Amino acid sequence: MDRKQFLRTIAFAGAAITFKSKDGMDLMAQSQGSQPDMVAVMGGEPDEMFKQAINELGGISKFIKKGWKVVVKPNIGWDKSPELAGNTNPKLIGEIVRQCFQAGAKEVTVFDHTCDDWIKCYKNSGIEAAAKAEGAKVVPAHEESYYKEVQLPGAKKLKTAKIHEAILNCDAWINVPVLKHHGGANLSISMKNYMGIVWDRRIFHSTDLQQCIADICTMEKKPVLNIVDAYRTMKSNGPQGRSTADVVDTKSLFVSKDIVAVDTAAAKFFGQIRKMPLENVGHLANGQTLGIGTMDLDSLNIKRIKI
Amino acid sequence: MKKLRVVVSIVLFSLITFYFLDFAGLMSEKTAGLLAKIQFIPAIMALSVIILIILIVSTLLFGRVYCSSICPMGVYQDIIAWLSKRIAKKKKRYKFGKAKNILRATMLVAAATIFVKFPLILGFIDPYSAYGRMVTNVFRPVYMSGNNVLEIIFTKFDNYTFYKTDIFIMSVFAFAVAILTMVVIGYLAWKHGRTYCNTICPVGAVLGFLSKFSVFKVRIDKSKCNSCGACEMRCKAACINSKQKTVDNSRCVDCFNCLNACRRDALKFSPSLVPVKNGDAKHPVDEGKRRFLTTGVIAAVAAPAAIVEDEINSLTGNDKYVRQHPVLPPGSISVENMLAHCTSCHLCVSKCPSRVLKPAFMEYGLAGMMQPMMYFEKGFCNFDCTICSEVCPNGAIKPLTKDEKHLNQGGQVVFTRDICIVQTEETNCGACSEHCPTQAVTMIPYKDGLTIPHINVEICIGCGGCEFICPVRPFRAIHIEGLAVQGKAKPFEEQEKEDKKIDSFGF
Repeated sequence: MDRKQFLRTIAFAGAAITFKSKDGMDLMAQSQGSQPDMVAVMGGEPDEMFKQAINELGGISKFIKKGWKVVVKPNIGWDKSPELAGNTNPKLIGEIVRQCFQAGAKEVTVFDHTCDDWIKCYKNSGIEAAAKAEGAKVVPAHEESYYKEVQLPGAKKLKTAKIHEAILNCDAWINVPVLKHHGGANLSISMKNYMGIVWDRRIFHSTDLQQCIADICTMEKKPVLNIVDAYRTMKSNGPQGRSTADVVDTKSLFVSKDIVAVDTAAAKFFGQIRKMPLENVGHLANGQTLGIGTMDLDSLNIKRIKI
Repeated sequence: MKKLRVVVSIVLFSLITFYFLDFAGLMSEKTAGLLAKIQFIPAIMALSVIILIILIVSTLLFGRVYCSSICPMGVYQDIIAWLSKRIAKKKKRYKFGKAKNILRATMLVAAATIFVKFPLILGFIDPYSAYGRMVTNVFRPVYMSGNNVLEIIFTKFDNYTFYKTDIFIMSVFAFAVAILTMVVIGYLAWKHGRTYCNTICPVGAVLGFLSKFSVFKVRIDKSKCNSCGACEMRCKAACINSKQKTVDNSRCVDCFNCLNACRRDALKFSPSLVPVKNGDAKHPVDEGKRRFLTTGVIAAVAAPAAIVEDEINSLTGNDKYVRQHPVLPPGSISVENMLAHCTSCHLCVSKCPSRVLKPAFMEYGLAGMMQPMMYFEKGFCNFDCTICSEVCPNGAIKPLTKDEKHLNQGGQVVFTRDICIVQTEETNCGACSEHCPTQAVTMIPYKDGLTIPHINVEICIGCGGCEFICPVRPFRAIHIEGLAVQGKAKPFEEQEKEDKKIDSFGF
């Protein structure tokens, strides 16, 4: 309790300072180049880890502006409770939504194109309740008519895709995947989470999954942030998992604007639980080739925090 | 009396109709499900002794109250008859008709073929099941389009109370049968009131026989009656003979319309206070009507069968695998059990949130036409869901707990490696394994870091997730083969959760 309170105070104080001297900080950050490219946090609750990470990045208002329509895109693919780690942590989603509104967002929308029955997924993941509690709109994505076709000129194999209109109509979107093992792509992180904004995913599977995942990430409207939830990590039988035996409590969070970098970091992190050569997660290298981001973590300024 | 009957009927009718329509799960299965479970044929099929006793005793006391208020098909006919009275130009007059007891007995015997595992006839003519099919196959798509219209309007104003629904006809055959039922019974009701109840309906035949002996009946006080015919004119069941001053109580459906019609107060719904002797008058058989009914029934069977030729062609077409056995709904034990209990009311079809149940065509053979079966075009069976087994009023799909459902094996996975993406294209896929809740389909190393599906039928429950998502066409690389008798899957090995500690980032 004490520790929590302490952290809360720190976070609050941090937020207050950031808020007060935001412009000054921005200037300083720019001149000194100290703004990290990626923040990795370990050892806290999902919401407090996010608070720390976003503070390091200069606060959410660096990414979300007043009056914006924002989409927060978690992974809600499966009809599973939060302990089973099949979906993004609801507490994390709640906190992100809250901060978006705090930054002056006009509207925050949450959705995912689920694999299991969407009503069950939204409900049993706890995400619908958590997002609504903070005032977000939780919208359906189970019907083709919600999707509009988008061209992907930079892609190699997937030249067009039908994208959910919430993404197309928003001013900014935040990609919030959960880190997990995946039978098809080997790992499911931020890039793989794009598949939840797309209507027809069978095409991905039938025309080179690893390339299509990279291809979809070339879409013009990129997420302003990728926030990888590794509070609980599904190490096996993913992406659905069977029981809590598939889950490791890893209590971590990785945040970056660079989608390939944050996924590379998460993949390396995953490699500590179970062997996972980066070559097997082919979409990382494919993404780098397409110029969406870098796998070279040494070239980046990474801030690591342990709580 | 009449007012009470009308109120009760409308309430029960609206509730059960809405229960069938309600795709959004607004009504709870536990309480609203009773509306289906108190129906006569389901109660027999499920051997719900208490419900049967209540229904029989109430009939022996008050006559066919089941027919007047509980049976949704009965109320449907009343509504049509009421409309015809309002709309038709000619003033509506019913006329006494001779009881068609031979026809009633024949239909009853025909319906009893369910006891020799031929449920098709009873399924056709059981009023509850026939009504259920009407709602599921005809009214429900209309209701859903209404929802979609509202959705468009509300979503325009940023209100997400409504969500879009995908409307489609699950089975052309069941749709045609439902339309025909609606039209034929509707026509009879428009013209002649409750004809169906006293000719074809097997429940009408049974309860009609019982109601001959009921304590409370509509009785005519012969000393007061002057044979004016006012009551006969109002009798939807055509069971009052005003000339002879008799009531055929076996056909009376307790609508009580006659009671108020009598200006001399000669009609009473009472226990045998006034001793009345029923004279049995001989009336000529109405050949015309009989012919109409026979043609109606024949048409009802023949026409959809013709339409459905097309459907079977599309079913056996190149794009779908033809199973040796249909995949039964979870909890339905065996094809035998389905044939012995299911009357195809389609409540399970209507309630299935995953849209994995649809009416069968010939998959169960002729006897099991329209019975529910699983198919994986629109979805797959949710691992934790037990709704169909909870709602089935007939005991055809036996209730399952979540844990029982997790081990109920309705089918087994079959993998055709030669056409699998991983082998043919040498790229990652794994969509099947992704959707497998028990990991009966897992991905094992193939080559160059690729993984390929590997199946373990012992722990497969036949949910169809793999078949649903497999991107290979025209035939899928993975599908479910149904089991004629459902089995028990082995529980997958559940390891203890390791307390793994990760305290560095690894990058």
